[in-house]
Amino acid sequence: MTDQAQLLPGTLDLLILRAVSLGPLHGYGILLRIGQISGNALLIEQGALYPGLFRLVRQGLLKASWGTSDNNRRAKFYELTVAGRKRLRQETANWNRLVAAIGSALGAQAEEV
Amino acid sequence: MRVLDSLRFRIASLFRRSEMSAEMDEELRAHVQLRADDLERSGVARAEAERRARIEFGGHVKFKEESREAAGGTLLESLWMDLRFALRMLRKSPGFTFVAVATLALGIGANSVVFGVLNALVIRPLHVPHAESLWGIERGKDKAINHSYPDYLDLRERNRSFEDLAAYNVTAVGLDTGNNPSSAWILETTGNYFDALGIQPYLGRFFHAADEHGPNSAPYIVLTYAYWHSHFQDDRGVVGRTVQLNKHPFTILGVAPAEFRGTLLIVFPDFWVPIVNQEQLEGKNVLDARGNRGILMVMGHLKAGVTTQQAVADLNSIGTYLEKTYPKDDGNMTFALTRPGLAGDWLGKPLRAFLTGLLMLAGLILLAACANLGTLFAARAADRSKEIALRLALGSSPGRILRQLFTEAAVISLMGGALGLWGSVALLRALSVWQPLPASPLQIPVNADANVYIVALVLSLVSGLLFGVVPVRQVLHTDPYQVIKSGSTATKMRRITARDFLLVAQVAICALLVTSSLVAVRGLVRSLHSNFGFEPRGALLVETSLSMSGYSGDGLPVMQKRMIDALKDVPGVQAVGSVDRLPLYYGANGTRVFTDDTSDLRPANAAASVMVYLISPEYFDAARTSLLAGRPFSWHDDKNSPRVAVVNREFASKIFGSPNKAVGSYFKTKDGSRVQVVGLVESGKYESLAEDPQPAMFFPFQQVPSSETSMVVRVNGDPQQVGAAVKSTMQGLDAGMPFTLRTWNQELESALFPSRMATLSLGALGAMGAMLSVTGIFGMAAYSVSKRLREMGIRMALGAQRREVLQAALGRALKLLAVGSTAGLLLGILASRVLSAIVYQATPRDPVVLGGVVVAMVVLGLVATWIPAQRALSVNPVILLREE
Repeated sequence: MTDQAQLLPGTLDLLILRAVSLGPLHGYGILLRIGQISGNALLIEQGALYPGLFRLVRQGLLKASWGTSDNNRRAKFYELTVAGRKRLRQETANWNRLVAAIGSALGAQAEEV
Repeated sequence: MRVLDSLRFRIASLFRRSEMSAEMDEELRAHVQLRADDLERSGVARAEAERRARIEFGGHVKFKEESREAAGGTLLESLWMDLRFALRMLRKSPGFTFVAVATLALGIGANSVVFGVLNALVIRPLHVPHAESLWGIERGKDKAINHSYPDYLDLRERNRSFEDLAAYNVTAVGLDTGNNPSSAWILETTGNYFDALGIQPYLGRFFHAADEHGPNSAPYIVLTYAYWHSHFQDDRGVVGRTVQLNKHPFTILGVAPAEFRGTLLIVFPDFWVPIVNQEQLEGKNVLDARGNRGILMVMGHLKAGVTTQQAVADLNSIGTYLEKTYPKDDGNMTFALTRPGLAGDWLGKPLRAFLTGLLMLAGLILLAACANLGTLFAARAADRSKEIALRLALGSSPGRILRQLFTEAAVISLMGGALGLWGSVALLRALSVWQPLPASPLQIPVNADANVYIVALVLSLVSGLLFGVVPVRQVLHTDPYQVIKSGSTATKMRRITARDFLLVAQVAICALLVTSSLVAVRGLVRSLHSNFGFEPRGALLVETSLSMSGYSGDGLPVMQKRMIDALKDVPGVQAVGSVDRLPLYYGANGTRVFTDDTSDLRPANAAASVMVYLISPEYFDAARTSLLAGRPFSWHDDKNSPRVAVVNREFASKIFGSPNKAVGSYFKTKDGSRVQVVGLVESGKYESLAEDPQPAMFFPFQQVPSSETSMVVRVNGDPQQVGAAVKSTMQGLDAGMPFTLRTWNQELESALFPSRMATLSLGALGAMGAMLSVTGIFGMAAYSVSKRLREMGIRMALGAQRREVLQAALGRALKLLAVGSTAGLLLGILASRVLSAIVYQATPRDPVVLGGVVVAMVVLGLVATWIPAQRALSVNPVILLREE
């Protein structure tokens, strides 16, 4: 647990979009998926997922519908809307640019400055 | 699009709130269950798995709250919360709520009623297609709306601005449908009336210009829907039926649609008849007389693209032509356009002036109500300073608290507005079905419409905002630390606060209203006891139109003499006199007279315009009009003897220079006849009670016959007792003659109607103003007493006298009362000048009025400060000081 990284503010939404982009998931499923694709490296408080989900639904990036889970429990499933898919692409590109910039800034040697 | 979607989502989410909340719970619960399932699968016992799942999930309530916020609807939701909180707070202080709502209901109710009347009579146009292009034609400097028929024809044929011009007259006729002869009010109209207005029949057909072929050629009737409904029971077979009008056969052509009730907003006729049949309808035909301006109104739609200025210029050029061509009859032929609904300036001007004045007063009432509520709200905010400080200390923003206070104000104002509107709609509905004067077609159709609702809503919201804003500064300046520490806001006693100003303004408004209503009441009382030039008490009136029963020409005086002789024989009758139209009846007949040495009888050379009355020899006896000099008429003043007249004092001064010179002198009528004055009578009231003395003259009815007949029957004792005998005598003379029998006092109701209405409405507003002032002063005094209770306790403990305590507690309120009353009284004296146009001899320079206002304000002050004073005096210093 201790080696898990704290989530940067604002990145939860991106992770949710990414997780859902692979197929419709309920809330708990999203958490599992994020853990799976991030190699369990991120610390997410479970309840904190939900305000993010509702925000994304309100913004029209996700849509929700009730369904049944693998073990026959009623749960709400989320999937990407067209707008959500577009937003995911944009945010991913933004993120990559940011990471590259910060990475190169942090990796710069003294003589390169 | 997205904004719309999001808005829709927010609104939908507000209404699905509980549903959404349940759904959210279910979703979060499902999450915990799914997690627990996983844990169970990894070997943990179910109960333990669920416990751990819940811990891992974290704060359920917190996340749910955050989720709900994230899902949108926060603003609306907090508004909803504010609303519920406001309702809870108001329920907790029912006294405050009641006073606030009642105050506003009065203010808004008064405004909606006055606006409703103004809306229906002044703002709303006539119910005809394209009412915006419909104009009536006014003539001359004094904006007369009556015209002569030949002039009307010239205007119609020669103008290039109007699509068509129609004209009409109001008159009463006797209708006999086979059983009971009754009298009915009709509009005599030109044949093109319906076509010019663009009205389509509801049933049957209308008459048209093509139906007119000279005098008495179009014996047709078009019924109003209301009359068809009430007198013909919606019988569709009525079309084509023949009925008797004034004993002449007329055919019913059709029925007009229900919403079209004639072209005067406050006069509803029973049916329409072509004016070419005037002789049958009124017993005389004056359609050829260019000098006889007996047409009530000429109106028409402007052609598309023609401006009112162009139309006036067009009409004026016709006027110039008429003046040149007919110098004897037509003078001063300049024209103006007016809205036809209120007969131009004749009814419209005083009505508009009065209603505007009333609206201003009602607005002042509402302002006073708002001032009152502002004071109440400020006091309440001060009392709640602890609550507000606590909320501020707990992290609420001042904006949030202000929004809460405004929500409270809005709730109160909407409740007050709804109540006030409900009352005013009921009142307006009652006014609409009210027939203020029996036996007249006068009605006040003032049902509320969308305009009234909108105005009431806007007024409530604006006033809510007005009084809600009062405590704002107080809240913004609250220092939570200080308040909680010291127990209450330690506001400095400033010399003059906004609250004082509000109260003074309010008292001033109240004093103004009390002054004007007292002035109006005094004027009314005085006009009831003023000298009318006749004595209405102890007299019966028998009114009929002989043309309704087929009498005409020389037959008229013969029948009138028969009536007089028969009525004189009734036991209890002292004297009987006949007059064509009673003084103070709606509109008098006026005519021009010339001095004896005038030979060119064009209108500009007239010596005066005077009232004419056609009377029988004993009229002055019966009416108790004093004869000052000369002799009354005798039965010998008939067709075969020289023309004679009796004139009033004003006439004598105006034409002959002095009353003493009148008897024996001559003057000329507009047709050039020389008339000798044989008698002089006192001046009276002829057109309205508020008028200045007017010249009037009397002609013997044997020399100038008239079918309009009002018999003044002077009786000994109670008129009601003689009434029955008078009635049977009249029926014995001619069973088919419709007539009305009333006392003269009842008849005068119509003359007193305007001043009665003025007095009534001012009185109602005055009472409201007084009520508001009482609550305002009461609130102020009670508040100041409660704030200074502790100080007073200490003073009393130290030996202060009751008088001193009272002075400390109420001095300020009473000082404000005195300042406000003085200001209001002065304003009232200024405002009464406006009143004098409606109410007879309305003058504030009257000791009774001035004294009355002072007494009223002192009584108001006493009533309002009584309870706070009692409270201040009953302070028990020991208990009070121990409590604090």
